[in-house]
Amino acid sequence: MSGQNMEPRPRLPDYVTATPQAYEQSVRRSVSRWGHDPHGLLQVLRDVQEDCGYVAPGAIAMISRLLRLSYSRVLGVASFYSFLATEPRGAYRVLFSDNITDRMLGNEALLEALCHRLWVEPGKLSEDGLVTVGRTSCTGLCDQGPAMLVNGRAIGGLTPERIELIGSLILARTPLTEWPTELFVVQDNVRRADILLGSSLAPGDPIRAALQRGARGWSEHAANERSWREGYVGAALGPVATLEEIKRSNLRGRGGAGFTTGIKWEACRHATGLARYVVCNADEGEPGTFKDRVLLARHADLLFDGMTVAAYAVGASHGFVYLRGEYRHLLDPLQATLERRRTAHLLGNGICDQPGFDFDIQIHVGAGSYVCGEESALIESLEGKRGVPRNRPPYPVTHGYQQQPTIVNNVETLCAAALIAVHGGDWYRGIGTLKSSGTKILSVSGDVSRPGLYEYPFGVPVRQVLDDCGAVDTQAVQISGPSGICIDATEFERRISFEDLPTAGAFTVFDASRDMFEVARNYAHFFAHESCGFCTPCRVGTSMLVAAMDKIHDGNGTQHDLREMNRLNKVLLMSAHCGLGHTACNPILDTLKRFRPAYECKLSSLEFAPAFDLDGALGRARQMTGRDDAGAHLENLP
Amino acid sequence: MSRGPTFLLDGEEVAFEPGQTVLQAALAAGRYIPHLCYHPEFTSHGSCKVCTCKVNGRSVASCTTPAEAAIEVESDTEELNDLRRTLVQMLFAEGNHFCPSCEKSGNCSLQALGYDLGVMTAGFRHLFPERPVDPSHPEIWLDFNRCILCELCVRASRDVDKKNIFALGGRGLGKHLIVNSETGLLADTDAAITDKAMHVCPVGVILRKREGFAVPIGSRRYDRSPISAQALEDAPPRWRRMND
Repeated sequence: MSGQNMEPRPRLPDYVTATPQAYEQSVRRSVSRWGHDPHGLLQVLRDVQEDCGYVAPGAIAMISRLLRLSYSRVLGVASFYSFLATEPRGAYRVLFSDNITDRMLGNEALLEALCHRLWVEPGKLSEDGLVTVGRTSCTGLCDQGPAMLVNGRAIGGLTPERIELIGSLILARTPLTEWPTELFVVQDNVRRADILLGSSLAPGDPIRAALQRGARGWSEHAANERSWREGYVGAALGPVATLEEIKRSNLRGRGGAGFTTGIKWEACRHATGLARYVVCNADEGEPGTFKDRVLLARHADLLFDGMTVAAYAVGASHGFVYLRGEYRHLLDPLQATLERRRTAHLLGNGICDQPGFDFDIQIHVGAGSYVCGEESALIESLEGKRGVPRNRPPYPVTHGYQQQPTIVNNVETLCAAALIAVHGGDWYRGIGTLKSSGTKILSVSGDVSRPGLYEYPFGVPVRQVLDDCGAVDTQAVQISGPSGICIDATEFERRISFEDLPTAGAFTVFDASRDMFEVARNYAHFFAHESCGFCTPCRVGTSMLVAAMDKIHDGNGTQHDLREMNRLNKVLLMSAHCGLGHTACNPILDTLKRFRPAYECKLSSLEFAPAFDLDGALGRARQMTGRDDAGAHLENLP
Repeated sequence: MSRGPTFLLDGEEVAFEPGQTVLQAALAAGRYIPHLCYHPEFTSHGSCKVCTCKVNGRSVASCTTPAEAAIEVESDTEELNDLRRTLVQMLFAEGNHFCPSCEKSGNCSLQALGYDLGVMTAGFRHLFPERPVDPSHPEIWLDFNRCILCELCVRASRDVDKKNIFALGGRGLGKHLIVNSETGLLADTDAAITDKAMHVCPVGVILRKREGFAVPIGSRRYDRSPISAQALEDAPPRWRRMND
């Protein structure tokens, strides 16, 4: 063990020694910050964990009393989200991002080095209760990996030197606030900007343009709150004119599904309810995607303008941003931007001096759950519940947040809507292709010399992106992450567009040195880890896929396992509850189709081989006896 | 048939009342669609997916899909029955199910469904999860090894008993049934053997203590007639009348 442990110990960070009093204070503060509203449950749990390191049973009991929820309901939510811990996890909780790009950059060796330095096993609390080191799904720093989260704070660009430094800081029990700030710097890496990333609109421009558009018609009536909110014909020209521009632009959702934004907004506007809601989906969980991170960091005003324009168009007075937990570092700057906009009358009551134009935005932070990027699961999570996708229909546009009409839009979609409010639908439609108007931001990572964001008009061929980002000897590109499609070198003339290669933005490049089987295996593990567990096919099926892929990896795979995976795929496609289950097989099927030799070279020649590894079963005995000599292995026995 | 709207189920007309799901309408019409997490007395939530049918060519859970006039539903096809067999196999592989020693054998929906669908083996490698039992309550015995996460006890306790004794914790393969007490023990809740929730478990998780093999194997519920026949008898009479 390293000698540093024996040096005199500096003071512990506060959360190591959280007392029942500290818990009580934290719970009470957070519950009142969220207005004693049960919908704030997930946010309260997050706050308590940030203050106290984990959510102790006592804290769960207190939260359930104060929010008038059953104990099991609170525990059910706390145990759903992977960033929340209901058992002690140590003063320092280190999670290595485990996307395939992190793997390719050597995160495994770094994790091992850190564990060695801290004398701790992955996933287990160290004996002194100081630290846990584990893995987590892609943290959205693929352009500057390998990456990790320490107590929820993102650190990218990990090197052996950085790992050594982080190990020392933890052993010296240095509070996170006193760690060198350069560790926490997140680069934006904008490599190619177009209308969105290059936007220089002033805050509020899109809102004023939307109001102005109404003024060209019946401005004095458009100012009547009830008229435009309820959509009375004749008096509602402002919002309707804006809606028309969005429809004319043919803007489609940038989150992956590609639903036409104008139709979604119109359906929400026409739905009856007690209130309408605008929700920004900033739960950018697809491995390999990080565009929203940069939009939120650099163009937050454009996003909030877009949300406000949406609120104006559909008649909403409440908005939410659902920010993925991995982007916790963006929360404080975003809150500051919201506050600045309230002061500037761009949020709050009477926005831009338009009487009755009331709208404000609240930020909810996620806690490590990919499936919450699915819009109905996201709404469940906003309501402080387990992030399980709902049965649909009904859809959120009629029955969303609190069963009221709700639009859920991606960050990039709302930013584009802000631009359309200023420049008009025809301008936007003039960019891109016939069925895919506008631009698309690609998050480029993997085997390229210039990883980062590239914004192109729709229709750009894959080949051009590869040339621009400095990809050499490329074997495959994973378009739109594991739930998307994997293409090989014969398909690089295909174009990024809804007509050909639709994408939510991930563009992960693999050169000829990469084993595409391992790529698919990493993605299979990702889906099993992120399955919410609601439906049988996804809960069990994704784990069965992992078992089959691991079996092949271990050298015990046969043709039988390939057939079994095909059968599982059919079951998932036919019966899974949501898109996660439907797409969980994609990486395996795509790579099987295009890179079958990568699988077959690992198969044992037998038609069937058991997954059970007789020699492997002795591993525990070897560990306990400290033996690893030839005589301790079965294959060496006569 | 001229009384109200109908849809086609495997080529035959089925009448339905507006508001009914495809599964409800089928059962009421005396047509069986295999199902597991659905129960006529509770809101359906569609998690087991055993009742998956093709509606106008698209596969959906029939217990949550509203019946609509003139839709074409496929159910009794080789493809769908094969899917159902695989789902039942998955549930057998996921938990720890030892039918020969289980008090619920013969009264168990999962077992009965397996027999009815012709499931001969688990088909997958058993996962053998570690799930400690909870014997704390004086009258009720909880054996989580057999849980299939259908949430019927959750729904019954929430909607009928108004006690919220059961809930779900964890996620993915780690999802599991939890009990509403700080200790996690049933004895520390206000659970009573008279609760509805204690009598809806389709498998052998929630059992009455000190009662074993009161009805001998061979004379039990699904020994008398297969689950496909029992399910039709269980369909509420109001629905059946409509189709008479």
